[in-house]
Amino acid sequence: MRALAQLAARLYGERLFHLIVVLAALALGGYVISVLGVRNLFNPNVWWQSIAVWFAVAVIGHDLMLFPLYALADRLLRRPRSSPDDADGAPQHPPRRMPSTNYIRMPTLAAGLLLLMFLPGIIEQGAPTYQAATGQTQAPYLARWLLLTAAFYLASAVCYAVRTLLRQRNPITTPATSRATHLSDDPQAADCAPNSADTSTASPDDRHG
Amino acid sequence: MMSPGTPPCGTPPGKPPAATSAATDPASEADLPAEAPTARYGFPAVLWRALDNHPPPGLSRIRWRSPLRGPWLTSVFGATLLVVLPIVIVTGLLSYTAYGPQFGQAIPVDVGWLKLPTFDWPTRPSWLYRLNQGLHVGLGLVVIPVVLAKLWSVLPRLFAWPPARSVAQVLERVTLLMLVGGILFEIVTGVLNIQYDYIFGFSFYTAHYFGAWVFVAAFVSHICLKLPKMWRSLRSRSMRSVLHTSLADTVPEPLDADGLVAPDPDAPTLSRRGALAVVGGGALLVATLTAGQTLGGFTRRAALLLPRGRSYGKGPNDFQINRTAVAAGIDPAVTGSGWRLRLLGGSHPVLLDRAALKAMARHTVELPIACVEGWSTTQTWTGIRLADLAAAAGRPNPGSAIVSSLERFGAFNHAVLQTNQILDPDSLLALQVNGADLSLDHGYPARIIVPALPGVHNTKWVSTIEFRET
Repeated sequence: MRALAQLAARLYGERLFHLIVVLAALALGGYVISVLGVRNLFNPNVWWQSIAVWFAVAVIGHDLMLFPLYALADRLLRRPRSSPDDADGAPQHPPRRMPSTNYIRMPTLAAGLLLLMFLPGIIEQGAPTYQAATGQTQAPYLARWLLLTAAFYLASAVCYAVRTLLRQRNPITTPATSRATHLSDDPQAADCAPNSADTSTASPDDRHG
Repeated sequence: MMSPGTPPCGTPPGKPPAATSAATDPASEADLPAEAPTARYGFPAVLWRALDNHPPPGLSRIRWRSPLRGPWLTSVFGATLLVVLPIVIVTGLLSYTAYGPQFGQAIPVDVGWLKLPTFDWPTRPSWLYRLNQGLHVGLGLVVIPVVLAKLWSVLPRLFAWPPARSVAQVLERVTLLMLVGGILFEIVTGVLNIQYDYIFGFSFYTAHYFGAWVFVAAFVSHICLKLPKMWRSLRSRSMRSVLHTSLADTVPEPLDADGLVAPDPDAPTLSRRGALAVVGGGALLVATLTAGQTLGGFTRRAALLLPRGRSYGKGPNDFQINRTAVAAGIDPAVTGSGWRLRLLGGSHPVLLDRAALKAMARHTVELPIACVEGWSTTQTWTGIRLADLAAAAGRPNPGSAIVSSLERFGAFNHAVLQTNQILDPDSLLALQVNGADLSLDHGYPARIIVPALPGVHNTKWVSTIEFRET
């Protein structure tokens, strides 16, 4: 009996408990659709205004559109600014310059989150239903979002400036720069060099600040 | 958008694949957990092996760059959702009960077994529905950054090859589709609904309710299957140590069997505590911009981007309107001197004009009115007790009452009230608010106000109340 159960588990690929749990979930999901009615999943007149389509698009929209987009944006942001041509000019960009990556990332994330969540008001979509429900218009939202966005970037810029000043008062000692230089010697690590510099320069700052 | 702020990791097309062998990370081998990916296949092994051997072109070129992804981080997000989402789910189901499914007025009407046991929604405390919906919508919005962070943290699983090695993994992937699709569908429909954007075209109530159950099914199974792993991962390092680790000392988690940890990550640009701060900060930002629509008072102004964060002015009737008189098609002429309140349920109909109503005993109560959309506002209402009207109609102990509006069309032009909602001493047919006659947009000549009742069931422009025996 036990051997039989083990064989079944091996064929299935998981414990019996796994099968029970997963089947229960699928059965409940099936029941939900049966109560809703399969035909209610689809809108025969306007295909894209279907529950099934929105469900699928929610997944595809996040996993295969939103994620690649923000990942790509982040890649562009973090692309090392020194191409081989600039390498000679490295002294113009001393490695102890404060990395700006996170000071661009954070306000962008905040503004992006708000844009994503409050897009209908910002682009004034659904104006008639909005007016019917509230007796007002969506006119203020774009300006409000722009002001919030400006505030995020301004706050970030101020933080960046303050930390840069603090850093200049407490100049970084050689280990940080030497480590960065050392890493850049290794072609494999060239990509990481700016980040490593960030890493090593950040810690003294943490201690002083 | 709002990634959790840790370096996301797409692979720019055309870039040669990075070395992905674990050998580049000498420490990793030793740290591999015992349950490391075994190349064992379920039945039929031939099929799974063939699948394994035929990855789509380009997939192997993806290099996951973030050094922060790993079971611990995923588990922190997961544990947060494990606490918050059940509150969102239960308050959502309670709201369905509050709408009165026993009268067929909860939407969707036919849900089979998919509801909590029906009970008479209480009228006390008067802020019950306000709290319920404040939590449902408020937490539902606040949790969005955490959901996005959680999805970001497990994205490598989506691109793992083979996608399955057994029937078990195929089935589990289907439930994960329900899980991810469910939560995103609920967020999208909910977020659009509170902003009155009905671009999706289908019934919000129906879609949001059944979508929630699809999510619940997958959520419960996900918890059953992943809870032990989450617990182990959380214990793999202490939150305290993470909070004391600076960027300089941030290193990837040990390689894991699920492939969440990148074998060849970039150097960190954000510490692990920094990543948590970004996600927490996102949640805090949303909370700041949301709470005001429920709390009201001076906090309302902070709800800068929400429809119910706006001011209407300083007059007695200048508070949030739900559905204007114009939208409801109320003809001001029928609300004038010709208006009569019709009371049914006794031996004969009773007709009362405004003067007759004003001659009855009037009561003043301070009550919140709270909408399913999460916003609420507390006002001082003056009017006649519904219990007194029931007595005037000739049925002092009604089992229920149907309140009908002058509004001729619209799903909420009538509502059924339970006994406790009729007989509560604070349940009124309000004629005035804040000492002034109701404005037309707020339901002149008379509207219902009942403690803890979902906002739309506080019928405006009341024309008839029928008190029923059952």
